[in-house]
Parts: sequence; structure tokens; C-alpha cells
Amino acid sequence: MTVAVLAYGAGNLASVQFALERLGASPRMVSTPDEIAGAERLILPGVGAAGYAMARLEALGVTEAIRAFTRPLLGVCLGQQLLFDSSEEGDVPLLGLIPGRVVQMRPAPDRPVPHMGWSRLTRERHDPLLEGVEDGAYAYFVHGFVCPDGQATLARADYGGPIPAVVRRDNRWGCQFHPERSAETGARVLKNFLELPA
Amino acid sequence: MTARRIIPCLDVKDGRVVKGVRFQGHADMGDASELARRYRDQGADELVFYDITASPEGRTLDYAWVRDIARALDIPFSVAGGIRTNDQAGRCLDSGADKVSINSPALERPDLIAEMADRFGRQCVVVGVDSRREGDDWVVHQYTGDPDASRRSGRRTLDWIVEAQTLGAGEIVLNCMDQDGVRRGYDIEQLKAARARLTIPLVASGGAGSARHFRDAFVEAGVSGTLAASVFHTGALTIGALKTELAREGVEVRP
Repeated sequence: MTVAVLAYGAGNLASVQFALERLGASPRMVSTPDEIAGAERLILPGVGAAGYAMARLEALGVTEAIRAFTRPLLGVCLGQQLLFDSSEEGDVPLLGLIPGRVVQMRPAPDRPVPHMGWSRLTRERHDPLLEGVEDGAYAYFVHGFVCPDGQATLARADYGGPIPAVVRRDNRWGCQFHPERSAETGARVLKNFLELPA
Repeated sequence: MTARRIIPCLDVKDGRVVKGVRFQGHADMGDASELARRYRDQGADELVFYDITASPEGRTLDYAWVRDIARALDIPFSVAGGIRTNDQAGRCLDSGADKVSINSPALERPDLIAEMADRFGRQCVVVGVDSRREGDDWVVHQYTGDPDASRRSGRRTLDWIVEAQTLGAGEIVLNCMDQDGVRRGYDIEQLKAARARLTIPLVASGGAGSARHFRDAFVEAGVSGTLAASVFHTGALTIGALKTELAREGVEVRP
């Protein structure tokens, strides 16, 4: 099982790498269009600001290679958000692989933002990525922007409104939470991703 | 919603966890990575590692050690200790830390908060605040890791946390120093005052001695997380027993 992790200077690279290693995988760090094209499966990690992340992808010249990737692709946290059309964060266009706009979360007195902590997942529909993940399992979230809730949503969290926690369109999956930091639940999601037919 | 977080804090000195009473007279409590694994297995929601001597000694923490922790843990953790540049923060995050916590360096140069938030996103930026009562008010102290260097910063706590939030902090850890290590309970009054002024998560620190204290911080003061050290290190309270008690009190916790 080979898995490539995109190293583009805006990702929680080490923690994703270590999580894959704990599952017995040997992740390869990649950063060129050719390496992406040759990968069996690809993880797009990400923390920080959407604008900076997109600028980094552009600078490496890999946005087209990501769009053209036909084997399993998993965006993690900001990596999930990058799959959508655009973001209110810096008002930037994103990869445009899933329709909709990522918007800022609004704080409320009992609901601070960023949304930071363990929230329950509610499964919307069955998917191989969520095999063995129980409805109501807790996963670790850290984000201040939220993806649009739509047809791509596989699982939700609730934080004053629906949070698309796992999304999918075709061969592209996204996890708003951090599977690499979500204990057994996260490990299961990553294991499922590694076992998707490539 | 989101479960309330129980966050053991490991004060580290030369790779060993230490914890003193009121920050003085540090006693050895065990190997850092060993304790980290134990807390993870008990159900800790997050861990904090403070290199308590880094800041007063004018150095930053050991990145190889951060990598070792990141390799072993599958729950989030933040690191603190002498981080005073974007480059140092970046190296901690690159090594696998989820968040970096800054304290004294943010007081020296508040723009550091904004620079880190711009570069890494505010969710990575925790501002730790050491606060002590003074008359009817609370004031910020700095360099508290070293009794000889520790001093007042000249700022009011409730002003500073709002300034930190405005600059780009993603979370505030408010350490109520009068309470630290004495296990008489979190400073609910101060935490409530802080919570009312913030829109970002607030984590309580200092004073936990019983399950009741955690419950009060969550229910009375509305904090998102509670940090504690000696009550866990000494075995006075296990995280499992604490969570069972909190759940019985109606506080949402991750099992």
C-alpha cells in the first residue's frame, strides 16, 4: 500500500505521516506534479489560512495535478476545505472539486470559535471511508471556517449548525476533523482510506 | 456540540515531568513520554507540554523531543516554552505539535501573536496568561517558570486576553496563579470574567483538586477545557473517574 502525502508548506505533515506509520504504511512525501500523478493514493493535509495554502499549491505548480488525480484523494482539515469552489477566508478560489463556498463560523456566547475539541459524528450515509466508525463516535476538530453542507456530506458534526465532517465526491474525500489526532476513530478512517481500491 | 476537554499539563524540565506547589520547589513526577501515553490511555482529550525553564533561560524547546511525542500520540497536543519567533513556532508545528502556546514572548512583543496567526492560522496559536489577583483586579505576570525572574508585566489580565484575541489568538489558557498547585478549585470568578470577554475558547488552569472543581469550571464559568497537573500526576484523581463523575453531572465528555 503506497500513500503519498503532499508536502507544500501548509500542512500538519509530520502528524499525518506518523499516524500513517502507526498503521504500518510507509508514506512518501511528494511535492511535484509527476510525483502526484504517480501516486497510488494522495493525502492533502492542511492547517492555516486558505489563501496561503492555495498560493503554496500554485507556487509548486501542483493544482492541475491534484485536479487531474483519479485515484483516492483525501483532504484533511484545511485540505478538505481546499476541495471546494471558494473560501470567504481571504476571498480566494479553491480547487473547485466540490461545489460550494467555505464560510467563516460565527461565535455565540456558549459556542466559541474556532471550533476546537472533540465532537460527535453523525453518519449521513454509508461509505467505505466510514466502515467501522460508529455513529456518535468522537473526532477532534480545530477550525474557524466551515464547508457548505450539501450532497457531498457523508457525516456531520453539530456546532450550532451542521458541520460537514466527512465529505466525498467521486474519488475525492475530505475530513474536516483531524484523523491523525482522533485516537481510534481517526485511525480507523485512515486505515479505511489506505484500503480503498486504488 | 463539543465535549469539554480534560487536559493534563506536563511541566517538563530536562525531559522529566515536574510539578511544584505555587510554582516553586519542583518535585520529579516521572518520564514525560511515559506519562503522556498513560494519560492518553486514561482518556485525556489533549495534552500540554511546557518546557518550564526554556523561557527564563532564553532558549526554545527541543524539536526532536516534540517529534517523539508526535510519533507516539494520537490525540492533540500543544507545546510551550521559549517560543518567540515564527520560525520556532513553525518548527514545533512541523515536528508534529498541533498548537504552540506563547506567554512571556507575547507580552514582550504582542505582534508575535498576529504574525503567527497570519502564517499558521489562529487555531494553532494559544496564548497562555499567568494571572494573579491584585486588590479588586487581576494582573498578568511573566517569566513565571523561574521564581527569580518572575515579575508583573504591567498589564491587566482582562485587557490582555482581549488584546491577544484581537491580534489573532485561537485560544486562551488562563492560569490563575493564586490557585496554582494548591488544589482548592479553579478561580471561577476570574474565569467567568474572562469568558464573558472572549469569543475564542478559554481553558482554565490552576487549582484543580477534585471532580467538583472541574465541574464548576465547566458549568459555572463555561470554559471549553480544564488544564490540570498535580491532581493527575499524584494519582489523586484519574481521568476516567473524573469523566464518569462529570458525565453524571450532565457535562458532555468524551468517553
